[in-house]
Amino acid sequence: MPVLARTFEEAGMSTVVVTMMPVWSERIGVPRTLAVGFPFGHAFGHAGDVGEQRAVVEAALRCLEKMERPGSIEELEIEWADFDSWRRRWQPKEPSPIVKMMRGG
Amino acid sequence: MSDSTRRIDSYRWLPRAIAEYYRGMQGKPKEPVPWTPLAKPLNRCMVAAVTTAGIYIKGEQDPFDVEREKREPTWGDPTFREIRRDVAQEEIGACHLHINNEDLLADFNIALPLRRLEELAQLGAIGRVAPRHLSFMGFQLDDTAWRETYAPRAAALLKGDGVDCVILAPA
Repeated sequence: MPVLARTFEEAGMSTVVVTMMPVWSERIGVPRTLAVGFPFGHAFGHAGDVGEQRAVVEAALRCLEKMERPGSIEELEIEWADFDSWRRRWQPKEPSPIVKMMRGG
Repeated sequence: MSDSTRRIDSYRWLPRAIAEYYRGMQGKPKEPVPWTPLAKPLNRCMVAAVTTAGIYIKGEQDPFDVEREKREPTWGDPTFREIRRDVAQEEIGACHLHINNEDLLADFNIALPLRRLEELAQLGAIGRVAPRHLSFMGFQLDDTAWRETYAPRAAALLKGDGVDCVILAPA
């Protein structure tokens, strides 16, 4: 994702990356980042939660408007409730091929 | 803000072994970080969304090549799919092997918020929603094909549509 943001920015478009792993933005260098404490696959919130999704998109748009320096990172204020059940729920039912390989199976 | 002062923990959701693997990786941004200032007020901008959730339009597009990824676990399909602005939820397919796809199949706006952008355009908060949005497969251990081929191709496509700004979200 950082590669895409950097390429788009070089092509003359302003970008903002909405991510649960802001550490990659820091390591690779991303123009604008909105960090979200949401599980993978859910960058804009819960399925069916229009208000939450809208709030995340609006926060991303504010980053586009207000950030002035490349490498800026802001954190979304919204918390994700029920961490314990979602810690498994976002994951695929079957481990991904790379995870299977890392586990030696 | 650095990793240690941030409230949001990048590793929070990951299984422990993967979290430790990522923690051990080092990186230093390639400088300078590119920067395009917002050219005009948002209410005059055309906005596009890009996801790496690996969604596609069923019946019109091939799914991503997850069969090859199953055979070669370090490989990820580097291609992308164009998602029309008015795509219906029922048309969306999902084949990502690293996340549970159920919620995407119920509401793709959690990864590609096209309906939310439409609402904001109707309210006048943004100018227009781009005609085409992009979906990639967000598992690229080797990003050479993205850097050399697909990212420039995607940029040219969006730029050609008149896009001013892009909201990108990894899955």
